[in-house]
Amino acid sequence: MKVALFVPCFIDAFYPGVGIATLELLERLGLDVDYPEEQTCCGQPMANSGAQKEAAGAEAVFVSNFAGYDYVVGPSASCINHVRSHLTAIEQTASVRHVRAAAYDLTEFLHDVLDVREFPWAEFPHRVGLHNSCSALRHLRQATASEIDEPPFSKPRALLEGVKGIEFVAPSRPDECCGFGGTFSVTEEAVSVRMGQDRVRDHLAAGAEYIVSGDMSCLMHQQGCADRMKLNARFIHIAQILNGARA
Amino acid sequence: MSKRVDHAKAAGNFLAKPDHVSFHDRRLWDLRLKRDAQARGLPEWETLRDLASGIKEHTLSHLAQYVEQFVDAAEGNGVVVHFAADAREHNEIVFSLLSERGMTTLVKSKSMLTDECAMRAHLEPRGIVVMETDLGERIQQLDNQDPSHMVVPAVHKLRSDVAELFGRTIGTDPANSDIHYLAESQRMDTRPHFLRDKTAGMTGCNFAVAETGTVVVCTNEGNADLSANIPPLHIASIGIEKLIPRLSDLGVFIRMLSRSGLGSPITQYTSHFRSPRPGTEMHFILVDNGRSERLAMEDFWPSLKCIRCGACMNTCPVYRRSGGLSYGSTYSGPIGAIINPTFDLQRFSALPFASTLNGSCTSVCPVRINIHEQIYKWREVISARHETPFVKAEVLKMAGRLLASPTLYRATIASLGGALKRLPNFLLYNPLNIWGRQRDLPDAPVQTFRDWYRENRKQPR
Repeated sequence: MKVALFVPCFIDAFYPGVGIATLELLERLGLDVDYPEEQTCCGQPMANSGAQKEAAGAEAVFVSNFAGYDYVVGPSASCINHVRSHLTAIEQTASVRHVRAAAYDLTEFLHDVLDVREFPWAEFPHRVGLHNSCSALRHLRQATASEIDEPPFSKPRALLEGVKGIEFVAPSRPDECCGFGGTFSVTEEAVSVRMGQDRVRDHLAAGAEYIVSGDMSCLMHQQGCADRMKLNARFIHIAQILNGARA
Repeated sequence: MSKRVDHAKAAGNFLAKPDHVSFHDRRLWDLRLKRDAQARGLPEWETLRDLASGIKEHTLSHLAQYVEQFVDAAEGNGVVVHFAADAREHNEIVFSLLSERGMTTLVKSKSMLTDECAMRAHLEPRGIVVMETDLGERIQQLDNQDPSHMVVPAVHKLRSDVAELFGRTIGTDPANSDIHYLAESQRMDTRPHFLRDKTAGMTGCNFAVAETGTVVVCTNEGNADLSANIPPLHIASIGIEKLIPRLSDLGVFIRMLSRSGLGSPITQYTSHFRSPRPGTEMHFILVDNGRSERLAMEDFWPSLKCIRCGACMNTCPVYRRSGGLSYGSTYSGPIGAIINPTFDLQRFSALPFASTLNGSCTSVCPVRINIHEQIYKWREVISARHETPFVKAEVLKMAGRLLASPTLYRATIASLGGALKRLPNFLLYNPLNIWGRQRDLPDAPVQTFRDWYRENRKQPR
């Protein structure tokens, strides 16, 4: 299988370690992964604000970078959800439809496609609070949302349970939105910050040493809130834990 | 030109009162949890949602037929039926009914429709005393505010606020914020009005049954029954989307309405109004006020399925922290974000952005309205019609150009110091460092992922 790595723009710029962990993890699992170097962004920052016309260029660049692959894997449920559900600013050619169907968030690629549950190289002897982004939870359906009455499941949790020493804490609101929301984080700054503060406090009150998520954007926002409040909270992407980060 | 509702600013004002925000958030989250427990108590819950959605879709797609059937049945029951194309017509019909009979007071139960029509503002200058008898709605009336929630209209207030308000308006002890004392005082204040002369009664309508011509009203205080059953004239205001075909369909909705909104199995009162008592009059006003137009909107008609339960508001993390008044309309929260733009796109163009698109509203909606998808769709409409604020629109254009070009993108983040200053500007619409007011920025990494990749994967390993 031909697998391409998609590193979302803000991970490229601010969190290269998450991109590296993703690449190394996929390589550990025996895949030969390409990183198309002309990639920029999936188009979500514009499209999420309704700006379809402005999203079209980025979406076209995205498709031209990834059209030649069987799988496009990125460590961000939010970006992947944009590609899968909302990459509609450009004409829906065969390549566009192919790329949209081939796009996988890292968590679901590991869980559903590679069907891997063991990460023998990984050990994370810490209490963690799992933050599922709303994209992961309700749009990509990686876990049961608390308001839906159905047999509980959680793909990220199932993966993390393959890590030695990890311990999960239970925040009082298991899947409350952290308030990042893309441009929402600045256009609705006051509400966004309050949501972030509440989310971090809930995890800390439950005893979390780390907040772990498949979405770095949620964590960037929560960390920004936590650092400003001088709270002792640490944040880590699921790819880093699964790749063997110890702290 | 209508003035744009500034949700973010109003929410900021609400957030500046931490006690209010904490209480509001906890109170509504508690309703969400009670709703979850009730839903889990019914193994057929998801099936009920399918049925409710299906019944509403069917009714809305045969609306003319069911309106006709309802009107025939109601007239056969001795009810006089009126049609109001818009809010003004509705208010004029109500005023005519009252003035022709020499009525000077209108006692009423809660109705979002009469708030939507701004009926009080029409009647009061014309000499009609309008008395809201639902506790929460009365509180809001006395404070000259819109309801902040469809089911619990004064939920944004602490009981000390109510004590102060009642002390100022109905003469209670402003230092006594005991809930029972306040509720009893409000009852003692409103109830005598039911018995006075020249007083008419009004209710809203939760469900209008086409088969029988019945109006069904669900309340917890019994005030709708007093409004309908004591005065010699009962007026019921009915949005045309309230129709359901048969009495046997009603149970599907009754089982979900209060479970979804308040987390209680059923409202204390579920009253069926079918025909006037001997010697009295019953009038139904069927109101369109933009509903037919909405029904023709390909992406937005499903909002007409709404039964006004409030579940989407209770679950909404943004609503819980911004308060209903910040939406600047009768309808707030997620449902308000998709209904209000159908009335006035410019005025309400900020509301679809008062959302993180988390989607929990859609998950709890008992009639399966795709609320968060409609919010997303409204953003496209607002952008396409150039209703995006100028600075944001310019930033989005810049971001679009930057991210459409691998060369420009690379040049922008080439210097990481520069990237920290500049990339958030593009990606986060951050010309005034709004991000940094209450949040820190991420630490600057030593290199971008691509630079690392070139160093570590381009050479043979």
